[in-house]
Amino acid sequence: MENNFAPLLEMKNIKKNFFGNQVLNDINITLKPGDVLGLCGENGAGKTTLMKILFGMEEIAQTGGFEGEVFIDGEKVEFKTPFDALNAGIGMVHQEFSLIPGFTTTENILLNREPSKRNIISEIFGERLNTLNYNEMTGRAENAIEKMGVKIDPNMVISEMPVGHKQFTEIARELSKDNLKLLILDEPTAVLTESEAKALLESIKNMSNNGVAVIFVTHRLEEIMAVCNKVVVMRDGYVVLDKNANETNIKEITRFMVGRDVKVAESHSELNLDENADIIMSIKRLWVDMPGETVRDVSLDVRKGEILGIGGLAGQGKLGIPNGVMGLYEAGGNVIFNGQPIELNNPRKCLDSKLAFVSEDRRGVGLLLNESLEWNISFPAMQIQDKFLKPLLGGLIKWRDEKAIKEVTDKYIDLLNIKCTSSKQKAKELSGGNQQKICLAKAFALEPDFLFVSEPTRGIDVGAKALVLEAIRQLNKEKGVTVVICSSELEELRGVCDRIAIISGGEVAGILPANESSEEFGQLMVSKVK
Amino acid sequence: MKKVLELLKNNLVPIMFIIICAISIPISGFSTSYILNELMSRLGRNAFLILSLLIPIMAGMGLNFGMTLGAMAGEIALILVYDWQIWGIPNLILSCIISIPISVVLGWFCGKMLNLAKNREMVTSYIISYFMNGIYILVVLYLMGSVIPIKHSDLLLARGYGIRNAVNLTTSRQCLDNAISFKIGGIKIPVLTLIIIFLMCLFIVWFRKTKLGQDMRAVGQDMEVAREAGIDVEKTRIIAMIMSTVMAGFGMVIYLQNLGTIETYSSHSNVGMFAIAALLVGGASVDKASIGNVFVGVVLFHTLFIVAPTVATKITGDSMIGEYFRVFVSYAVITIALIMYEIKKRRQKSDAGRLLAEAQQNKEENK
Repeated sequence: MENNFAPLLEMKNIKKNFFGNQVLNDINITLKPGDVLGLCGENGAGKTTLMKILFGMEEIAQTGGFEGEVFIDGEKVEFKTPFDALNAGIGMVHQEFSLIPGFTTTENILLNREPSKRNIISEIFGERLNTLNYNEMTGRAENAIEKMGVKIDPNMVISEMPVGHKQFTEIARELSKDNLKLLILDEPTAVLTESEAKALLESIKNMSNNGVAVIFVTHRLEEIMAVCNKVVVMRDGYVVLDKNANETNIKEITRFMVGRDVKVAESHSELNLDENADIIMSIKRLWVDMPGETVRDVSLDVRKGEILGIGGLAGQGKLGIPNGVMGLYEAGGNVIFNGQPIELNNPRKCLDSKLAFVSEDRRGVGLLLNESLEWNISFPAMQIQDKFLKPLLGGLIKWRDEKAIKEVTDKYIDLLNIKCTSSKQKAKELSGGNQQKICLAKAFALEPDFLFVSEPTRGIDVGAKALVLEAIRQLNKEKGVTVVICSSELEELRGVCDRIAIISGGEVAGILPANESSEEFGQLMVSKVK
Repeated sequence: MKKVLELLKNNLVPIMFIIICAISIPISGFSTSYILNELMSRLGRNAFLILSLLIPIMAGMGLNFGMTLGAMAGEIALILVYDWQIWGIPNLILSCIISIPISVVLGWFCGKMLNLAKNREMVTSYIISYFMNGIYILVVLYLMGSVIPIKHSDLLLARGYGIRNAVNLTTSRQCLDNAISFKIGGIKIPVLTLIIIFLMCLFIVWFRKTKLGQDMRAVGQDMEVAREAGIDVEKTRIIAMIMSTVMAGFGMVIYLQNLGTIETYSSHSNVGMFAIAALLVGGASVDKASIGNVFVGVVLFHTLFIVAPTVATKITGDSMIGEYFRVFVSYAVITIALIMYEIKKRRQKSDAGRLLAEAQQNKEENK
């Protein structure tokens, strides 16, 4: 019988590239009413992009659209904006809350869809002066909340709510739409406590029984096993696993998520795992208030001369660690470097004590975009260490030593193979990969004892990647600089690091030697996801 | 105890003013009835103008000098109606009606500009009000009497065009205040004016419950979320601006009938500044203001205004100081209130860090 009906959703041969970067390849997904699809994969696997295509987000069209077709109830659809998708009965709950902080639950659930009453003034000036019908609003909100099967107060103001209730409010908003057929939940349990997450899973089951299909994006695999009847695993823009949930298990999903079965990661030959090495930096009970990358309680010892990787899923707090230690975001806890405590929230102190940081935010923090390469590379060293300066008049005035600056710039352009017309070229004219190399050169020019590198290969091509990683490794080997690299790409970390710490839920989930199997790392990654 | 402290912290500006007033009133030596009488007169004069600030604040457009544009519209309307020789209440009603189209155009223009300068509304509207002042002077000083026909020469400068520096509203003077009024213990109560102000308050309360009001509140709190929900953010903001200028136009008519004289080239210039200062003294902030703030603000700010010159004269023996003191105080209030607003935001931010540290502690204890 069922086969006579067109499926609720069919996505056929979806392809998408971002400026020549192929992020999705031939994705096919089919859903029937009431299906619950668990979608998982590492960061950068393409899940979010796929959902954005389905939801008609404008950035897809702005970056050149996509190939392939989407069918809803057997009819081909082309969503130009999220509103088209909403009208077709697709609802999406995003990772970031989209709620008005000063409004109540009810007001948020019915935002811009408030039932209203006509009055004399609105007869003259139009519908927008209708008075709101608060009774009906409360009724409809309660109805939507009931559908989830949880208890939240419809009159509570959002800003005073625990996070979990905010998440439920978002879902209730989608459920209050009468035509809802398909609900996309993007990591809805990421912010929930255990009991709230349980309640959410129950409500997903409820929705499914009411005939609403759900796409459930999550890193918590046991949740997928608990509620989903289908599982799709994505990796590097491909669907690598598409099975009914009862035919697979967590172990298999993990392997497909992180593991490259064919190609074993080539960790470099001799790992530096000397347990007796001095501790160069000891981080104790660090917390960092970095939006989206909150660090809750991290204690970590870095051994002198090693390359330590910090891995983990996006949003779990790995980027918060270097940013917090270097004083770019508010932080607390203790950090001892070379036996000396480091004053947090004070970047200058860190730099003075021969720490350097290559930020993940190249354009914002890392580069002086409108200045020449020479300036970019020499500026921090000049500011902090008085390098490249000639004293004049007995040191009263310090003059820039242009010759020394050019020398050092040329040295790094050569060393890192930076593609540029000359050392006078402006930083903004370089490609992403070359900009990244400038950031490294800048840190190298400080001749630090300790280097933080954050997402060194984000957004750069394969060739540049290898070079950047090689440069870091060389610095470590030849100059004995201790390096800590944060990256979302586990394989990359395994290629360059000695040990890898996995951060999950703002805490250290575990530290493993780089040659440990992908599965072990994968399990750590999702172990404490909050 | 903690609650009391929190209350004090949140109302620092009004409390500061209560203290200043409490010290100044005895020094000034004014009788209570004199102060109350003055205060009642100023309440009727200013309240409506200050109320016109509430709607842009609700729509997240901050303390907005756009109302100055409405005040200009009100002045132009009054001058035109004067020329038609219509007096009394009809003068005021007609002036209000004439001011509407001018206010709408100016409000629309200002709204458009402010949509280009989101989150910088205060300074942008301040500069726009200067720019519009230039155009206002062009119209009043050069076009009126030459291009725009003005029949009555007592309005015009001696050279034959341009409006005189001061226009006396003669029989329209305080006609609204006196229409229904009585005295209690020597204090004149302008009943009709107060009724109009009251109706205005009712309108604002009602308006908050309309769909448009709800949209404005949503836009005011988070433009992006409102946009995602399908609310036309830009249009909503422009409507808020237009409502504010139209209301300010009416407010200016009420203001000028109470004074009885239009200072053609300066009446409007301080109106925005004093209205904003009064609202801030009443405890409002950049993103939050209530009707209560308006009345507390009018009372405190204008009490100080009444007594400050005398107090300053008595202390220093120089009457010039008093005038200087008034202006100084209003700028100081605005500066202090803005700084406190920023401090509050900072404090909230560092709260987030404190929570993280506490969470660590709690976990430790649970172990």
